[in-house]
Amino acid sequence: MSWQNLGRTVAGGYLPLAMATLVVFLPLLWMLLSSLKAPGEIVTTDLALWPRNPSLQNYADAASTVPFARFFLNSVIVTVVGSSIKCILAIFTAYALVFVRFPFKRVIFLLILVALMVPPQVSVLPNYVLIAGMGGLNTYWGIILPGLGTAFGTFLLRQHFLTLPQAILESAEIDGAGHWRKLWKIVVPVSIPSIATVALVTIVSEWNEYIWPLIVTDHPDMMTLPVGLTQLVNSDGGTQNWGMLMAGAVIVLLPILIIFAALQRYIVSGLTQGSVTG
Amino acid sequence: MGRSDIGAATQRTPTTTRSNPARLATADAVLPPGEAALPRPPRPGLEARRWNKRSRRDALVFVAFAAPNVLLILLFTYRPLITNIYYSTLDWTLGAASATSVGLGNYVEFFDSPDASAVLGVTAIFTVTTVGGAMALGLLVALTLNQRLKGRTFARAVVFAPYVLSGVGVGLVWLFIFDPTYGVLSWMLRGIGQLSPQWVNDPKLALVMVILVYIWKNLGYCAVVYLAGLQSVPPQLLEAASLDGASSARRFVSIVVPLLSPTTFFLLITTLLSSLQAFDIIRIMTPSGNGTSTLIFDSYLQAFGSYNRAGYSAAISVVLFLALLIMTAVQLRFVERKVHYS
Repeated sequence: MSWQNLGRTVAGGYLPLAMATLVVFLPLLWMLLSSLKAPGEIVTTDLALWPRNPSLQNYADAASTVPFARFFLNSVIVTVVGSSIKCILAIFTAYALVFVRFPFKRVIFLLILVALMVPPQVSVLPNYVLIAGMGGLNTYWGIILPGLGTAFGTFLLRQHFLTLPQAILESAEIDGAGHWRKLWKIVVPVSIPSIATVALVTIVSEWNEYIWPLIVTDHPDMMTLPVGLTQLVNSDGGTQNWGMLMAGAVIVLLPILIIFAALQRYIVSGLTQGSVTG
Repeated sequence: MGRSDIGAATQRTPTTTRSNPARLATADAVLPPGEAALPRPPRPGLEARRWNKRSRRDALVFVAFAAPNVLLILLFTYRPLITNIYYSTLDWTLGAASATSVGLGNYVEFFDSPDASAVLGVTAIFTVTTVGGAMALGLLVALTLNQRLKGRTFARAVVFAPYVLSGVGVGLVWLFIFDPTYGVLSWMLRGIGQLSPQWVNDPKLALVMVILVYIWKNLGYCAVVYLAGLQSVPPQLLEAASLDGASSARRFVSIVVPLLSPTTFFLLITTLLSSLQAFDIIRIMTPSGNGTSTLIFDSYLQAFGSYNRAGYSAAISVVLFLALLIMTAVQLRFVERKVHYS
């Protein structure tokens, strides 16, 4: 490689690559470092990158201002329960759509396909009125229930099930296996990667879900992390206490960042599905 | 996609909507039902009865498997569309036991008030700039990632990361950076002898701020989708053009851009839909909606802010839904055209 070529690769390749990476990375690093700084290092116009005496004081402050441990627990409960049920519903529905004979299958499928395009935000007020009327405000089921119907997961799994070879199911049928056995002994085991994709995308969206839990909870004991973070901002002295707010942001963002770092291949493919073929 | 932003996902996420229904349907028809392959036995009468029993059994299984999900979707996705239209004809304070019917009064009020032009204007500016910005920058990043560079897999993951993060967390991080006194941005501006503007208090700048953060969060999605599009451009085509003496700019304009047009259209639709629904970042960065009241945010503020105006909020939701419907219709038309084309 000549010097000229090398120069061109750096200017047209590595330089923009590094810039794009840093633009994403630096704000997140800044958040993490700020969360470890003492108030005097934040309320200052003389910025330094590294904290002088890294401490977890901001995390303790956040936890004493609002019930942060409780928020975390609530988020975990809502995410685990919500995404487990959603995945199971998606598996059942997709199996039925692909492998079970039924006269109105096409209509049902269209119904699910169109639901993909209906924005959840538009449904917020009617669902609030319904859930409030059922006594679901400030309850786990009230937070979880309206989001349980899953068009995305069903669609994605259906696409995958359609690619499974019929032969393996036919041989199971000759052995006398019913739908229940075919589903759990054959279809699910060979579809683990697709199910993992659906599960991860669902986990990420349940964890980040904001507008619905924000509306349906007003008691701190029932708030999820994003809602609790709003509470922290509104709390006395919260608005300017950036160290504490960054600690809160770390608690919300870090779990998803860790999951993403470990399993990004599945998450990226799940979230960009349908874009490649055309 | 959140369901909102991830994705929405959030958001959900309308990312899969492109796959075309017509083709899926044919794929369905190709698949034989389990029994079709079995040879036909000699006694059709008995077989028909067995067949019937089997069909009934299958129908029951289908209902048992699909009903919970379908009912949930009907109840919490489709029913609200109808209910919203009904609510939008009411003068109704959220929480009040009674409401009076006002017909189209809420719509008249919305479109007559200065609200309408402000809200529609903010929505248009926010949507156009975030969609344009995320797509243009996403394409640039994709072009960079498409070269044979060390560490590009890592860079791809890093650039995509903000897309899966909570809009609330991201909004707070950036709010700190934009802080006019203690933020990194004000520190940098001081470095070049400038004073930081009041990002949050100035309505125009508040809008600029949420637009920038929204683009930051979503451009990785556009980059990854564009990258997939770029990787499907046949290299022979580019080599042939290169041998014919086409410059790299010429190759990009005459070969890559036309071949990317399906990807561009797909991104245009999906990012338009998610931008119109953007909520988390706007809510956390500008809680009172000073200069940043888009349709979705205004609808939220009217019902759940301090006003409790449920009917009026529902009317704004219906306007938003119609906007989304028009865009989805455009998309379906496009999909149809593509089927005939290929």
